[in-house]
Amino acid sequence: MSEKVKVGRIQEINGPIVTVELAGLRNGEQVRIGEIGLVGEVIALDGPRALVQAYESTEGVRPGEPVRGLGHPLAVELGPGLLGSIFDGVQRPLATIFSQSGDSIPRGLDIPSLDRGKRWAFTPNDALELGTTIAGGSILGTVQETGAIEHRILVPPLLSGELTELAPAGEYALDDAIGRLRTPDGQTHKLFLYHRWPVRTARPYLRRDHAVEPLITGQRILDTFFPLLKGGKAAVPGPFGAGKTVVQQQVARWSNADIVIYVGCGERGNELVDVLETFPELHDPYTGRRMMERTLLVANTSNMPVVAREASIYVGVTLAEYFRDQGYDVVMLADSTSRWAEALREVAGRLGEMPVEEGYPAYLASRLAAFYERAGRVKTLAEKTGSVSLIGAVSPPGGDFSEPVTSHTKEIIQTFWALSKELADARHYPAIDWTSSFSAHVSSAARWWAENIDPAWEAKRAEALKLLARDAELARIVNLVGPEALSSAQRWELEAAALVKEGVLQQSALDAVDTFASPQKQFLLLDLILTIYEKGADLVQIGVPVQELVGLPLLARARRLKQVYGSEQITDLQAFMDEIRAEFDRIRLEYAKFQEHAAT
Amino acid sequence: MSAKEYRTAASAQGGLLTVRGAHGIAFGDRVQIRDHRNRQRNGQVIRAGVDEVLVQVFEGTEDIDLESTWVRFLDQPLEMALSPEILGRIFNGLGEPKDGRPPIVSSLRRSVSAGAINPAARTYPREFIQTGVSTIDGLNSLVRGQKLPIFSASGLPHNRLAAQIVRQAKLVDEESHFSIVFAAMGVSYSDAQFFQEEFASSGVLGNVTMFVNLADDPPVERLALPRVALTAAEYLAFDLDRHVLVVMTDMTNYAEALREVATAKGDVPARKGYPGYLYSDLAEIYERSGRIKDRHGSVTLVPVVSMPSDDITHPIPDLTGYITEGQIVLSRDLHARGIYPPVHISPSLSRLMKDGVGKDFTREDHPRVAAQLYALYARALETRNLASIIGADELSERDRRYLTFADEFDRRFVGQGEDEDRSIVETLNVAWELLSMFPKDALTRVSETDIAKYYHGGGA
Ligand SMILES: Nc1ncnc2c1ncn2[C@@H]1O[C@H](COP(=O)(O)OP(=O)(O)OP(=O)(O)O)[C@@H](O)[C@H]1O
Ligand SMILES: [Mg+2]
Repeated sequence: MSEKVKVGRIQEINGPIVTVELAGLRNGEQVRIGEIGLVGEVIALDGPRALVQAYESTEGVRPGEPVRGLGHPLAVELGPGLLGSIFDGVQRPLATIFSQSGDSIPRGLDIPSLDRGKRWAFTPNDALELGTTIAGGSILGTVQETGAIEHRILVPPLLSGELTELAPAGEYALDDAIGRLRTPDGQTHKLFLYHRWPVRTARPYLRRDHAVEPLITGQRILDTFFPLLKGGKAAVPGPFGAGKTVVQQQVARWSNADIVIYVGCGERGNELVDVLETFPELHDPYTGRRMMERTLLVANTSNMPVVAREASIYVGVTLAEYFRDQGYDVVMLADSTSRWAEALREVAGRLGEMPVEEGYPAYLASRLAAFYERAGRVKTLAEKTGSVSLIGAVSPPGGDFSEPVTSHTKEIIQTFWALSKELADARHYPAIDWTSSFSAHVSSAARWWAENIDPAWEAKRAEALKLLARDAELARIVNLVGPEALSSAQRWELEAAALVKEGVLQQSALDAVDTFASPQKQFLLLDLILTIYEKGADLVQIGVPVQELVGLPLLARARRLKQVYGSEQITDLQAFMDEIRAEFDRIRLEYAKFQEHAAT
Repeated sequence: MSAKEYRTAASAQGGLLTVRGAHGIAFGDRVQIRDHRNRQRNGQVIRAGVDEVLVQVFEGTEDIDLESTWVRFLDQPLEMALSPEILGRIFNGLGEPKDGRPPIVSSLRRSVSAGAINPAARTYPREFIQTGVSTIDGLNSLVRGQKLPIFSASGLPHNRLAAQIVRQAKLVDEESHFSIVFAAMGVSYSDAQFFQEEFASSGVLGNVTMFVNLADDPPVERLALPRVALTAAEYLAFDLDRHVLVVMTDMTNYAEALREVATAKGDVPARKGYPGYLYSDLAEIYERSGRIKDRHGSVTLVPVVSMPSDDITHPIPDLTGYITEGQIVLSRDLHARGIYPPVHISPSLSRLMKDGVGKDFTREDHPRVAAQLYALYARALETRNLASIIGADELSERDRRYLTFADEFDRRFVGQGEDEDRSIVETLNVAWELLSMFPKDALTRVSETDIAKYYHGGGA
């Protein structure tokens, strides 16, 4: 960097917060702290003093040691080499660090995020002619980064001018210039395969578009009941162990996004290892490519310094926007936004800011909203369509959804997948509670389902939800006066609701077959089970004893369908529909005969 | 660099000592304090300013006479001396001998606040540990490198269960023994004694390193103890290639000590007076368990957390649950009904079970049997609840079967002897006996092949 380096002295070290005497720093500026060179960021200015937060442990650092201001805010490197990688909360490459430095992360490292040694096969964009004016965000060419993803090399968004040079097809390292551009003021800028972008600034786009298409996740309770659109925002709140991480990992595995950014923000190291070890073995159901080829991990685990945790979700969302700007549908998962909010609280506390609720600073809600605002479906600067969908886990203390992070988040998002301890304790997975979850996207999603799968989707979905609501009502009655008080029709409703829960809603992430269900399979399962319900209800109405229906072996088979037939075995599922019809017709006939017999 | 000594203590309160005029003192450094009666205390720098330093005193700041107190900054972090000799020894929370024997002499000393393990350096834990306890092995399996706490409450037999796990834990096909690191924080003398006798009578004492801070020992020392103990555990695991089982009791005492110091420092409280950083602080401890690439050893962590007023949503168990890889929850109700170990399976969970059981690890039907038992038990508990409202006589025949199942499950599957070391096959056999109480059609979580192979009920 060409900017002048400013050097000052440490005044005080209070955990991750360091007071330095150094004039001329800017808020948000990156600094290097102490002889060891810890990375940090300016968070408050007070005359000649600045408060700096360190992204690394300050153990062993002394007052009087030097501090250097680097003249730029926290920024990420954007270019080939991102996919398949794991970075820490400030985009340091963890796999590289492991191979260079061993088991734990040494402090004060100075290591580029992207590999400078690697050469990438670059193909220039044929449509570009030298001498024409190109705008920021235009596509200079491509690099086939992984088998699944073509990395589109972008002009840095804020740069535009006349293209004076563009490299021919060939192999280039990140530091090799692949073009030059002259800005209107006559300055020439070199263009590279990568550029930098400050993480706390949203990347620009041409305009926002309406989200229209559902993000298909292969999870029935999500897609069929509480859909999220590409470019939408969702929250997954729930107490510990209810299944937030599993939901997010399932979306990372099976959703039809082009790129997946998984941010482990203050959570477990082993959960990231799980992704790192399993994704390279799994295949994307849409492209057949290895899942790791479209995935990128940002890891700031719970034991890593808290301050970098605050930065990690901005790092993640900036990476997401970068792929959006290439015209991709990106989904970013943040596990957990509560840990991010706690990092915010911790820093605010050390700054002596006035806490408003449960120790959180007053700006919690606005920071949360600003973060989620970076989701959306847009027309990019290069006039492509891309989207960022944001899915944040929320970890409310004691599972209490009225706490500040959950309640503020609920105001912001459009899709709410509420996990319940009761369901999780009963091993009803995913433990998403259908009574407190919601989606504002149902009617948009319905259009997609009607066009692509079946026009009856919306009606079937509503019917199932109605049945579940009846179930809750009837369960209350049973708990008051016992099961004997129910009519036959009501007993059949209870049985059918149980079928919906087991046969449709429950979906084991661990079952090799059921872990993913195509929209087609989702619809068929729902349709089959609702058909059983309707046919049975008809029979109960004409007087067939409900015990006879409840004991049908067909019901046990219906419960197992989901794990017996995979998404490619649609015809087998359709054949089951014929069996249902035949079986209920048989009973109807038998019953008619029986009655005829009784009459004579 | 050398130690510096000052007699400029300016205030002493709530375990914190302020020292003026000390220059260039490093954050986190170890401190020795000699008071007017020449007694030595230990401390650590928790805020380092240009001319004022704040020291956390592990033995507390009671009756410190500021005028005549010497404060010595050792210019080194809090460290633990390590050698294979630590096995068979007893230390206090700072790693000093507590068994009357000489200190460990070793050139290997490590700072007790290890840097975070690089996630890219970890491998996923997947080797099943057989504890011989059915509710754990069958339904909430422990694997090597996992952190799995026992959530308990006063008067429940968590110590006996922890001791049973220590006695019985083994890998199924490997004759390898765990080395034990036992970390006691604020426990009663009799509890500490119980463990020591346990280790002695099962002949493992020579394979145990104990760190003990009793209820009447200084609370602030509890803040250092788990870090010191884990430094020892990591050394045994990753330098000496051992599989280490760390039992920590009681994390609630640890968190209370943390709250005490946080309050004295004036930190902004989050919930119930606990500081906002309790989560991160606990995570620094719990996340030190695990497996590391290309290392033979492992650190498996079983902390005991007692739930104040039996409340699982209290910040200490709550934040613990958010960090650990599951929890084994003890129930007062089962205990009152005389069932040992009183493990309540519904809120219990092992997140690492999924990769550690099944065909290549235990038996192919294991994961499905567990899912099936959970499903039936959940329904059975609902039925039990219903029966308590409307009376068992009002139940249908189908419901009554669930009721019997719940009782049998509690008695035969949950309940077992304190010396009963069930193999995983024995555990699964008990499970199938219980499943066979139901007709086949009621068993939709197990596969048809499982039924053909293991089901022996009379029902259709
Ligand atoms: N869809 C599912 N299929 C099978 N098992 C599941 C499913 N969802 C959750 N589980 C089980 O629940 C356990 C806990 O889930 P998970 O780790 O996602 O919880 P969490 O809400 O993220 O908890 P924490 O807040 O503590 O991180 C998993 O380890 C798994 O055993
Ligand atoms: Mg989680």
